[in-house]
Amino acid sequence: MTNISNLQKILKEGKFAVTGECGPPRGANTQIINKKANLLKGYVDAVNVTDNQTAIVRMSSIAASAHLIKAGCEPVMQMVVRDRNRISLQSDILGAWSLGIKNILCLSGDHQTFGSQPDALNVFDIDSMHLLRTVKNMRDEGKDMSGFNLDDPPRMFIGAAANPFADPFEYRVIRLAKKIDAGADFIQTQCIYNMDRFTKWIKLAHEEGLTEKVYILAGVTPLKSSGMAKYMKNKVAGMDVPESVIKRMEGVPKEKGAEEGIKICLETIAKLRETKGVHGIHIMAIEWEEKVAEIVQKAGLTPRPLS
Amino acid sequence: MIVGEQKPITEIIEIIAPYKQLLILGCGTCVKTCFAGGEDEVATLASMIRLAFKKDSKEIKIAEQTVERQCENEFIQEAAQNIAKNDAILSLACGAGVQAIAKRFPKVPVLPGINTTFIGIQEQHGIFTEECQGCGNCGLATFGAICPITRCSKKLLNGPCGGSQNGKCEVNANIECAWQLIIDRLTQLGQLSNLRTYIPPKNWRTSISGGPRKLIREDHII
Repeated sequence: MTNISNLQKILKEGKFAVTGECGPPRGANTQIINKKANLLKGYVDAVNVTDNQTAIVRMSSIAASAHLIKAGCEPVMQMVVRDRNRISLQSDILGAWSLGIKNILCLSGDHQTFGSQPDALNVFDIDSMHLLRTVKNMRDEGKDMSGFNLDDPPRMFIGAAANPFADPFEYRVIRLAKKIDAGADFIQTQCIYNMDRFTKWIKLAHEEGLTEKVYILAGVTPLKSSGMAKYMKNKVAGMDVPESVIKRMEGVPKEKGAEEGIKICLETIAKLRETKGVHGIHIMAIEWEEKVAEIVQKAGLTPRPLS
Repeated sequence: MIVGEQKPITEIIEIIAPYKQLLILGCGTCVKTCFAGGEDEVATLASMIRLAFKKDSKEIKIAEQTVERQCENEFIQEAAQNIAKNDAILSLACGAGVQAIAKRFPKVPVLPGINTTFIGIQEQHGIFTEECQGCGNCGLATFGAICPITRCSKKLLNGPCGGSQNGKCEVNANIECAWQLIIDRLTQLGQLSNLRTYIPPKNWRTSISGGPRKLIREDHII
């Protein structure tokens, strides 16, 4: 087993990376994972596996990642600090590595009040910054948080999230720098609909020299309808969908909504490929994995990886 | 102060049901200030209970007393006689007060009449906000005197998360994002550099995570 993940290899070679996403099932049905894997295989370099996203109980991201490996996809295991304390997080990182999981995305996690079990106690023993440093120390020093020398330490490719659309805007670049210092090798951003704001953010990051220190994968989510656009704007935390995008989605007949959504997504990808400091894209086609192949092909990003 | 809120009357009626002679014991410090357990609330609650029992043709004798603080022995002793005369005590103190009474009167049932909500302040008349979790290891110097452990929904030490928009928390638009407040205040104080460095994980041993806490002041033990 090589220590280097496929995603890391592609980014290191300076190739434009493409990642996708797979939400594990609300149940133990592995067929759903295999189905999603088959839709994504060959079109993305790695697949993010969400960790009980929106605080709804699903198959664990570790187990779903292991199933993806079996199905021939490389996972990026998401790990949130909402549900596990530092003991449990470290233990699961060791377990994940032992199962061949080579990429991790360290997140805080959606607050549990968004989910189906809002009565739950949250943990937040450490934050996502601490988790980044923990995974880095495991890899680079071979030590756990207590300083104990691990026998076969995990050597993961470490990712973090950044949201250029959250506030306060000026602080977002400082926080990105902190995440890089803490251990982030790559960044996946929130879905981009407001290209102007994203451009402003990455320009600042570039001026600070941050885009040389970390690989930035810009997030895109194809819209299915004008209803979805409005839902994303109003109901999803940290999302910025400009009025112009909503108008554009409203301007086409309902049955053409999906087509228009994909068109917008492709235009965004084209702009992102021209943007200095963007090293790849992260396609979050939410429960719409069957469209990923079409998007990647139409964007001219196949065969994976581009040589 | 400790902020509390009176329990719903239906719950109070339910927990006092087995008793015939009840002392409603108020507390004249924190919970008085937040209108939950001072003399006025004791009197109002007593009337409500009497009415409710009368309506159901049930009998109950209610005594009323309020002491300065139910968490201090010298004040507790002021109520000792009254406590001895009754079947049960309905304490309108915080959880500490309820337990302080129970510790000193092993044979008397002590019931809580309020829900202790948090350590906070009266932000405006009638509006109370939580400010401190009593973590036992105060970091306010770093954060411009705004506590992220208490006021950030995710207790982030290296915030803000991606859910902060327009100064509001992703959890609820009525919650101010603590990290926006921290950044604004440190900017104003010229101390934003406090946040450029990595703030390490918190040592929770001094908090309730380390088990129930006890403070021993040798210099004050008689």
